[in-house]
Amino acid sequence: MAAKRKNTDATASATRLEALRKTPTGIKGLDALTLGGLPTGRPTLLCGAAGCGKTLFAMTFLINGSTEFGEPGVLMSFEERARDLETNVASLGYDVADLVQRKQLVIDHVYIERAEIEESGEYDLEGLFVRLGHAIDSIGAKRVVLDTIEALFSGLDDSAILRAELRRLFAWLKDKGVTAIITGERGDGQLTRYGIEEYVSDCVILLDNRVEEQVTTRRLRVVKYRGSSHGTNEYPFLIDEHGISVLPITSAELGHSVSQEAVPTGVSDLDDMLGIHGFFRGSSILVSGLAGTGKSTFASSFVNAACGRGERCLYFAFEESPDQIVRNMTSVGMNLSQHVERGLLEFQAARPSLYGFEMHLARMNRDIEEFAPQVIVVDPISAFRGPSFEIHSTLVRLADICKSKGITALFTSLSTSGEQMTESERSVSSLMDTWISLKDMEANGERNRVLYLLKSRGMNHSKQLREYQLTNHGIHMVDAYVGPDGVLTGTARIAQEAREREASLSRKQATERRRREVARKRTAVERQIAELRASLETEETEVETLIEQEETRELSIGSERSEMASIRGLRS
Amino acid sequence: MTDHNDSDLPEGQYKLRLFITGSTPRSTRAIENMRRICAENLEGRYDLEVVDVYQDPEATKDLQIIATPTLVKILPEPLRRIIGDLSDRERVLAGLDIAPLGKGDHE
Repeated sequence: MAAKRKNTDATASATRLEALRKTPTGIKGLDALTLGGLPTGRPTLLCGAAGCGKTLFAMTFLINGSTEFGEPGVLMSFEERARDLETNVASLGYDVADLVQRKQLVIDHVYIERAEIEESGEYDLEGLFVRLGHAIDSIGAKRVVLDTIEALFSGLDDSAILRAELRRLFAWLKDKGVTAIITGERGDGQLTRYGIEEYVSDCVILLDNRVEEQVTTRRLRVVKYRGSSHGTNEYPFLIDEHGISVLPITSAELGHSVSQEAVPTGVSDLDDMLGIHGFFRGSSILVSGLAGTGKSTFASSFVNAACGRGERCLYFAFEESPDQIVRNMTSVGMNLSQHVERGLLEFQAARPSLYGFEMHLARMNRDIEEFAPQVIVVDPISAFRGPSFEIHSTLVRLADICKSKGITALFTSLSTSGEQMTESERSVSSLMDTWISLKDMEANGERNRVLYLLKSRGMNHSKQLREYQLTNHGIHMVDAYVGPDGVLTGTARIAQEAREREASLSRKQATERRRREVARKRTAVERQIAELRASLETEETEVETLIEQEETRELSIGSERSEMASIRGLRS
Repeated sequence: MTDHNDSDLPEGQYKLRLFITGSTPRSTRAIENMRRICAENLEGRYDLEVVDVYQDPEATKDLQIIATPTLVKILPEPLRRIIGDLSDRERVLAGLDIAPLGKGDHE
């Protein structure tokens, strides 16, 4: 990147009269925000209070110069002895003694003991010039650090002479064409204790180490850069076993290209709920939920699936140790340790209170740069406590970093009870492309887990509340019962299902009963008809008998009458 | 810095180095002032070496020279540096731990 910058500078200088040349520091981030590095051939003032990391910063500039850019350097230390310096930077993994041996670095400790010195008459600092010049010439140094030159003021009385000599020294350094860093201790109301910023005015960088709510954050600001534009904000930087990194938070552009590719979530049922059967690659996903809703399990499922496809994942754990996560996930049937062993999964665990947000972000940024993952997990973002605008700006930047690199980022967030959004949720909700809300439904003396997609940008997605279960082979969704009383889950759902079965059974029975009743009625009616017919038949029979009897009587009466007449002699 | 092999110097001897920068007026003045002080106060018991840092830049490192001119009293111990053109005679003598002539007291 530094080389690229050099090239653009070179082409620019061809068109312009003379563009300012820059010397890369090799400190990640600093070169980006100064658009190439420190002004070549000019002195830069690096100031800050004690313990800000000035010496380490300057030392890194020299070591990177000789190891990465082929520019030998001279460190003139007015405070620490060469051996102490070597030990100090050895903790960052630098082998200074070797560089000295190979004539890539000269460390000259300037020892000033006030008690040994007596002043008598006029003097100048030519001795220092000769000494420095000799050191520079002996290895052809291109970089020089004077740390901390203001120590001269405590050793020598005549500050008028000193000031004149320092002015001459900086001019002399410019003539020598070396790129120099002059460190200075922060003073009251001015950048340095003795106001040497007056003489070193090409580039001024301020380091700061602030403690806010018991958390220390190192910050860097380019106060001034003559002849060049530069990032003007305060940028966090960190010093650890990897050296120094500055986090340039200038990535607030929204110009990143987006992917159409879907990344499976690791939970097939969840894939089905998302219109594209997964998350968009490079999108930001928030999984929020109460304690125990399985946020980490969702995150791990995602990671597990990604590693299974051979992708690289970085898992930032802020509440659990990596071992704990790995162990816990075996209970839901995930073997994360195999991915760790294959080098596809890396855990970065840190307590949120260890650093400020900025520092966390700086660390995460560095880890992302180094590991180059396709997927990251931040578990959970709610671990960050503090003013919401700070959380917001931190997460915006993290999301931006991920988006610009096409990394799919899954954030978990612990919700507080109820519908209320937590500070961190509120501040990031607008940043997230997909928001999965995990809920706890408490009823009938038990708690059940349901999930819904609060939003998922750029795709059609299920709007249904789904119950899910954490089983020993992963997360599974259950169709939630949606009835007139809302969503039923767990045993309530089972009970409701039973009730339904019962109801349908009784409906069936009722029909059966009615059918039987009708049949019975039919038989009854038929019987009635039969009875009526029978009685009719009886009546008919009776009537016929009567008629017969009548006829018989008629006959017998007739015969009797003729008999009677004959008897009476009427038969003549 | 003081661990030079000076065992050959008898007791009470002064081992002095004067660091100057070429032949600037200030350097010349410092040499003259020093010669006079030595002659008047340390007759016969001093070893003064004048070092031109332009000629021998490495020497600045060995004896921690930053200002010029600087007179370094290596022996007798403790080591002392007197910086300047040595025009303030009283202070030179005080720095060398020699009571100035004509006055009975130190300082």
